[in-house]
Amino acid sequence: MTDVQWETLSNQGVAAAGVVYFLALLAYAVQWAALRDVPVRQAVAAGGGAPVVDVEVADEGTGDRAAMSGRLGLLLTGIGALAHAIALLGRGIAADPNRVPWGNMYEFTLSGTFVVVALFLATTSRWRLSWLGPIVVGFVLCVLLADVLWLYEPVAPLTEALESYWLVIHVVAAVIATGAFTLGGITSMLYLLKARSTKETGYLARLPELPALDRIAYRMHAFGFPVWTFGVLISGPIWAHQAWSSYWNWDPKEVWAFITWVVYAAYLHARATAGWRGRNAALLALVGVATLWFNFIGINFFSTTSQHSYAKGAAQERSVVLRVATAPVDVAQEVRVVVRADHARA
Amino acid sequence: MTQLDRRPSDDRQATALPPDLNARELARWSWRQLTSMRTALVLLLLLALAAIPGSVIPQEDVDSLAVSQWRDNHPRLAPIWDRLDLFSVYGSVWFSAIYILLMISLVGCIIPRLFVYARALRARPPRAPRNLSRLPEHTAYETDEDPEVVLARAAQALRRRRYRVALDEGADSVDAERGHLREAGNLVFHLAVIVVLVGVAVGSLFGYKGGVIMYNGADYGFSNNLTQYDDFAPGSLFDPAVMEPFSFSITDFDVDWITDGPRAGMARKFVAHLDYTTEPGAETRQYDLKVNHPLAIGGTEVFLIGHGYAPVITIRDGDGNIAQSGPTVFLPTNARTFESFGVVKAPDAQPTQIGLEGTFYPTFTMGKDADGKLTMPASAWGDALDPLVSLNVYTGDVGLDNGTSASVYVLDKSKAEQVTKPNGQPFRMDLRPGESVELPDGMGSVTFEGLERWNKIQISRTPGKLVALTGVVAALLGLLGSLFVRPRRLWVRARRRDDGTTLVEVARLDRSSGGDPETGRSELAAIVAALRQDREATP
Ligand code: HEM
Repeated sequence: MTDVQWETLSNQGVAAAGVVYFLALLAYAVQWAALRDVPVRQAVAAGGGAPVVDVEVADEGTGDRAAMSGRLGLLLTGIGALAHAIALLGRGIAADPNRVPWGNMYEFTLSGTFVVVALFLATTSRWRLSWLGPIVVGFVLCVLLADVLWLYEPVAPLTEALESYWLVIHVVAAVIATGAFTLGGITSMLYLLKARSTKETGYLARLPELPALDRIAYRMHAFGFPVWTFGVLISGPIWAHQAWSSYWNWDPKEVWAFITWVVYAAYLHARATAGWRGRNAALLALVGVATLWFNFIGINFFSTTSQHSYAKGAAQERSVVLRVATAPVDVAQEVRVVVRADHARA
Repeated sequence: MTQLDRRPSDDRQATALPPDLNARELARWSWRQLTSMRTALVLLLLLALAAIPGSVIPQEDVDSLAVSQWRDNHPRLAPIWDRLDLFSVYGSVWFSAIYILLMISLVGCIIPRLFVYARALRARPPRAPRNLSRLPEHTAYETDEDPEVVLARAAQALRRRRYRVALDEGADSVDAERGHLREAGNLVFHLAVIVVLVGVAVGSLFGYKGGVIMYNGADYGFSNNLTQYDDFAPGSLFDPAVMEPFSFSITDFDVDWITDGPRAGMARKFVAHLDYTTEPGAETRQYDLKVNHPLAIGGTEVFLIGHGYAPVITIRDGDGNIAQSGPTVFLPTNARTFESFGVVKAPDAQPTQIGLEGTFYPTFTMGKDADGKLTMPASAWGDALDPLVSLNVYTGDVGLDNGTSASVYVLDKSKAEQVTKPNGQPFRMDLRPGESVELPDGMGSVTFEGLERWNKIQISRTPGKLVALTGVVAALLGLLGSLFVRPRRLWVRARRRDDGTTLVEVARLDRSSGGDPETGRSELAAIVAALRQDREATP
């Protein structure tokens, strides 16, 4: 296959993934609609937090229908993930030379959403996360849509500074951690909603008990945190050192990665401090995920000095022109600005 | 910190610690840890908060150009920001105060925990609580075996599960514990945070980072001493004596231009071919310097971080003397097309000073608007296929070349005036290599001799970077232990009852943050199964 064909395949993969995720969402909708009015039987298990979706419904027909559509939803999610994976693969192969599929925001988002789905699929049966299905699929669907509409860029080779295997390692880690933190954030959000809800029926009522939600959120964060540590505080600095001669530059992207890290460290501390477990920890987790996503999306628009700017090159160029034309300054700074612009184009 | 924070914590929950488990000392230890943890938590959140301004307000260390621009745009706020150190947040007193407090709290927290840990390592597993059935994870069964037999088998089974086991003579219970590595991991993690900080501090105090723009060609050399740098940022305890006496020149520079696809025109595969010697008199060696592939010489590293064009321009003054010659660095204003901006000054020209300012186009073209009408001149390409410089001429005081604040990249026009044609239009010249133009009024002439290239080379020495790296790696390993090792205690109690049967109780206490009832239940079940199955196997 030619590069162009691979690129087309990638685009088709994204479209297919979107359609299949949408069908999965419909299946989940059927599942939860069937259970809508069925009151939740009290879970009796000792630790609380027994799974509540598949089994504990009074009327057998309703239960069967719900269980069937739940399984269908999961199956469709899996198929969607397959198409999603093909889309990623196609992106990488379409580039000449072949490369990892994360040279820009579009590809990073494509990878991040894939990791969210993949982590969900990997843990759903072990941790009994079937209730998370509709949220994950809905979330990923929305993000993919935004990605295709606003962030799409044609396949292009990486800029020189991005060609390093440390970059590959760094980004893999960042993407995986982003996926895990996102799942953790979703779970924490559900925790907070459920904590406020007194309803006997419906989605929130059928979620696992609060301590179980708290524990599941903790596990996702506990998985994400070391990966983030590795990505942001080990492989990132190593790569920065090779490319820019110093391992930490307090560049806005780095600052926010650090903030995210500190907030999640605080989350883990909070969990260990009795009384902060639960609600306060969940709030911290939401702050964490907000900093994470702000760093990914927001900072590109707020700051023109970021060396990591994956965002559009045009703004970057304009600001460089501006700077060179202004007041007298010392040599180093001007050259640094220019050099950065040249590296930052990704 | 930990000492100050002894007030009763309203944080604590009655259920936080199972009853009876701990000696009073342990309870107090937990309590103290709990309260000091809150301090740590608050400080961590403060640190995150304090880091934010530095990402929004331009920072002197990161981009001093943006800072001066910001100052110009906000004349009223700038002095206030200055007083608050907001242009150098990460070196500011208040930011330092937070992380120093955090470090003190950390040390104050770690040291007692080290002792506690050392003691816990040697201590026997805690004795079984009186009432095992009050623990959340417990189970029981009846048997007609002797308690001693059950207990002996339990001890064996638990040892096989890598528990540390204590079975006292005549006692009615086996006490077991495992997962000490969690606390070890946690301690390693927190200690490693300190190591990282020390490594980073050493680097920023004793290291330096400097940059130089080098013309390509064996004629241009660099030797590593202070005078040769264009910019130099030493740490506050930097000693120039540590600078390694190497020298190098860039003999050649290669760059590939992408010729098609969406990134057409982008430069790739920059390679600067270096000739270098590690010290005067040493043999000359070669190195291909590329982005992401620095050259290490001793503890110093040399990086290639940019490139551009240097048109060679000769200015002859009105007397016919050469007032300025040689290559001049033009700075790219467009990262893709390498359209570049530069200034050539001839302050010594007679009878009037001459200053040139303008644009260099590596591949000259005229831009077209949507209707196909010609608009602005532009560069089509980064490669120098059809180079052209377009210059405006200034005279008056173009800035004495006295090496002070005046930048070589900027023409100070406050005391200079633009040279015009008789019709009042600015006098502009467009030169291709080899071409000359006479300036009006007998000022002299300008020749575009040819083209050279420059590279921006960054040189840095960061002592302590391996310490910092070791620190973060240790922190990561410790973290993994701290997060994924599950410390737990397990007790098996066997007591003969009045009716002659034996009641065996098994209870488990998970002490990790992520412990879940599921694994607890299954471990309990497995242990009970082991106890009972063994009995069936041995008649
Ligand atoms: C630079 C500052 C600090 C950072 C980045 C940090 C980070 C962390 C992280 C990521 C964890 C999670 C590991 C786990 O859950 O086992 C943790 C746990 C812990 N930290 Fe810190 N910490 C810091 C300062 C402190 C201080 C000052 C104290 C004591 C006052 C402290 C006491 C603890 C304790 C006791 C745990 C174990 C919690 C548990 O049992 O789960 N930390 N810390």
